[in-house]
Amino acid sequence: MMIRAFLTFLVLLAAPAQAQVDIRQVTSPGGITAWLVQDDTIPFVALDIRFQGGTSLDAPGKRGATYLMTGLLEEGAGDLDSREFATRVETLAARFGFDASVDSVSITAQMLTQNRDEAAELLRLALQEPSFEQDDLDRVRGQVLAIIDRNANDPSEIAGTEFYAQAFGDHPYGSPQEGTSESVTALTRQDMIDAHRAVFARDRMYVGAAGDISPEELGLLLDELLGDLPGTGAPMPEDAPYELEGGITVIDYPTPQSTALFGHRGIAFDDPEFFPAFVLNQIMGGGNFRSRLMQEVRVDRGLTYGISTFLVLFDHGPLMMGQFSSSNELVAEAIDVLRAEWAEVAENGVTEEELEAAQLYMTGSYPLRFDGNSNIASILAGMQADGMPIDYINTRNDRVNAVTLDDVRAMAARLMDPDALHVVVVGQPQGLDGAE
Amino acid sequence: MLRFALAAGLAAMALTGPARAAEVTEFTLENGLQVVVIEDHRTPVVVHMLWYRAGAADEPIGSSGIAHFLEHLMFKATEMLENGEFSRTVEANGGSDNAFTSWDYTGYIQRIAADRLGLMMQMEADRMRNLLLTDEDIETERSVILEERAQRTDSSAGALFTEQMRASLYLAHPYRIPIIGWRHEVETLGREDVFEFYQDHYAPDNAILIVAGDVTPDEVRALAEQYYGPLEPSGIEARERPMDPPIIADRRVYYEDPRVSDPYVIRSYLAPERDPGDQRMAAALTLLSNILGGSGQTSLMPRILQVEEERALYTSASYGGTNLDDTVFSIFNVPVPGVTLEEAEADMDRVIAQFLEEGIDPEQFERIKFQWAADQIFMQDDVGQLARSYGAALTSGLTVADVQAWPDIIASITEEEVMDAARLIFEETHSVTGYLTAPEDQ
Repeated sequence: MMIRAFLTFLVLLAAPAQAQVDIRQVTSPGGITAWLVQDDTIPFVALDIRFQGGTSLDAPGKRGATYLMTGLLEEGAGDLDSREFATRVETLAARFGFDASVDSVSITAQMLTQNRDEAAELLRLALQEPSFEQDDLDRVRGQVLAIIDRNANDPSEIAGTEFYAQAFGDHPYGSPQEGTSESVTALTRQDMIDAHRAVFARDRMYVGAAGDISPEELGLLLDELLGDLPGTGAPMPEDAPYELEGGITVIDYPTPQSTALFGHRGIAFDDPEFFPAFVLNQIMGGGNFRSRLMQEVRVDRGLTYGISTFLVLFDHGPLMMGQFSSSNELVAEAIDVLRAEWAEVAENGVTEEELEAAQLYMTGSYPLRFDGNSNIASILAGMQADGMPIDYINTRNDRVNAVTLDDVRAMAARLMDPDALHVVVVGQPQGLDGAE
Repeated sequence: MLRFALAAGLAAMALTGPARAAEVTEFTLENGLQVVVIEDHRTPVVVHMLWYRAGAADEPIGSSGIAHFLEHLMFKATEMLENGEFSRTVEANGGSDNAFTSWDYTGYIQRIAADRLGLMMQMEADRMRNLLLTDEDIETERSVILEERAQRTDSSAGALFTEQMRASLYLAHPYRIPIIGWRHEVETLGREDVFEFYQDHYAPDNAILIVAGDVTPDEVRALAEQYYGPLEPSGIEARERPMDPPIIADRRVYYEDPRVSDPYVIRSYLAPERDPGDQRMAAALTLLSNILGGSGQTSLMPRILQVEEERALYTSASYGGTNLDDTVFSIFNVPVPGVTLEEAEADMDRVIAQFLEEGIDPEQFERIKFQWAADQIFMQDDVGQLARSYGAALTSGLTVADVQAWPDIIASITEEEVMDAARLIFEETHSVTGYLTAPEDQ
């Protein structure tokens, strides 16, 4: 589940779009700001409301509290028990999502124009007056405990848990956001109330909206929906020191194919040299057939079905990471190829052709991202949370195109360190020594 | 506001005004290529899809995995393009591309700026007929596919179990084989197998072109005639597949795997699919699966077993009606720790028996139908998904008219029709019941 959260980040990073999208900043009568793309083609509106902090705001000893609390928001609120609440939502055909991740809690909604006010009122109840009834708490707790069990048997999750534990130790980034069986079992109703109070506040809130709603209507809706939230929440987490050395960790797991997760320190989005890193990652393992690693490991040698790298833009400890799976008898060779390419790029950078292809792809695909109200709302919230200016869209492609071969070479030398690369392998790999 | 909402009750359930359905246009080229255009002019993007009426259920016996193998190889060299140049060209133009294989179809998709549509058609038309298929590409790609199988199937106890369930459910019909292929058969696939499948099935008169996004039908027609028009048809005939004999026995599947953390029980039935001009039974079964399992709080199985009795972690029903031949209706139950699979199975039986006895809650029935109507609105937000639903339907024997009639058919289904469908499945159809567990000593 952590890995999925990371990938979401990447998508958001690549997401902000160009040209034909007209973003308006809306300020409600009550002083809430939001970014809006108004489009009445389809009679519904999509909202994405993001609260930075996320599951890393768990209080000491309460790991899993934010995750469980978020899961309980739609389980009864105000006078409505969980079934009545669900019945109301279904009656209006509204769609709500409540999603906790390491740096934010995100609330999404799609509401039909014809019953938008009623739907928004239900969402307000879920966000501001959740019941946290003991029965519901225990039932959802059971579901979370099952997720924890399942993750303990999932090679990708095992690899992620191990990597982050070694990388971040006692910082919240160092443990799974779902918590452990022990920590989750011990959580109480009061812990839910405390987590709710810590996470949802206006000082960390970012709102994106897209679809069939006017700026005036949106302003009124936001005041109803969010106006009563407290001004401030819990202090943001400290920065997470990175504690992992280069090497290999093997976790024995009975499966025919090994799962590998690799990485080291990364780069923050607000780094002045972020764009060269952004382009470098695209070239190295940006998720298509064109990438260096995909070419070397899959296309030329058939050692994997897929390999990718990603810039993990954690607010408090960014990483450069990647992942692949290979049969137990092939994974050692795949890691050799990975290390060789990592060293090669760190030393020599990339080719002119690779740079050009990446820039063409990144700039060409950019305007295609703004498709659909739900995607747009999500992008708008993410842009604000990442501190992008509202005109970022107009400058983004120029900044990608301004990256030179020398910029990429310098960034590769700075960012990519084959000696620091740590690979966690879950499976029964042949020819790998975990004590390396 | 809330009080108003509650008072509104059922009155809120009529969709105000007609949903503005996306413009859909259909035509056929002289060489038999069927073309569907779905317009969405909000963003200057198109989705270009080519679907073949050929999938894993059309493979020769003993050669499972060919359709999917060929899908991978379609990205290799052709007479016009070198190995990998297809995807490189798409990416250089800012687009993304992918492909997918199912039992009834194989599809190729690109998403790209609307003014590059002609280029996509040019390359897609080229690889329909001019694939080279070198031995070296075959060797490497077979290895990639075995890695894919290892990742998606062999590494997942649930996926292996699903594969065994399916092979037990269909006795003779090739839906019993896995799309990716049995490992021992994939290992033996060679150039001749793949090339023969390619020649037999990849032709304009066996394909459906779907273009969705910021284009007009006239633009699509002109480009399609230019690029696809010159391709010769193959005179491909309707698909003939082995059919199951009457199934007269219930069967049981037990699978143990140490990687299982949540044991569960599933019962699957062969069920009628959507047929052209005849979709009412499939619509009733679709609603039945929603009534039994469509909502985690209010549908029958989760409400009773998860919420009221707290005996299940997760329970639901599933049915997918878009299939060329008989499809699957399933119910399943993941019990809470301490409840055995035997008890979980009995719990499912009890809920189904209660449903057959008591019938449908009319308010729930109306809610589900209203949500179906609303889904038609939400679905327009994602033109790629809309295009995909057309592709799946048209390669499963349905027509554009069938797809467009489907929401109205759903809306017109009566409670009696749903109960008839429920009795057909639960009282008249033999099933496969499967248990997925970890070994006991764990």
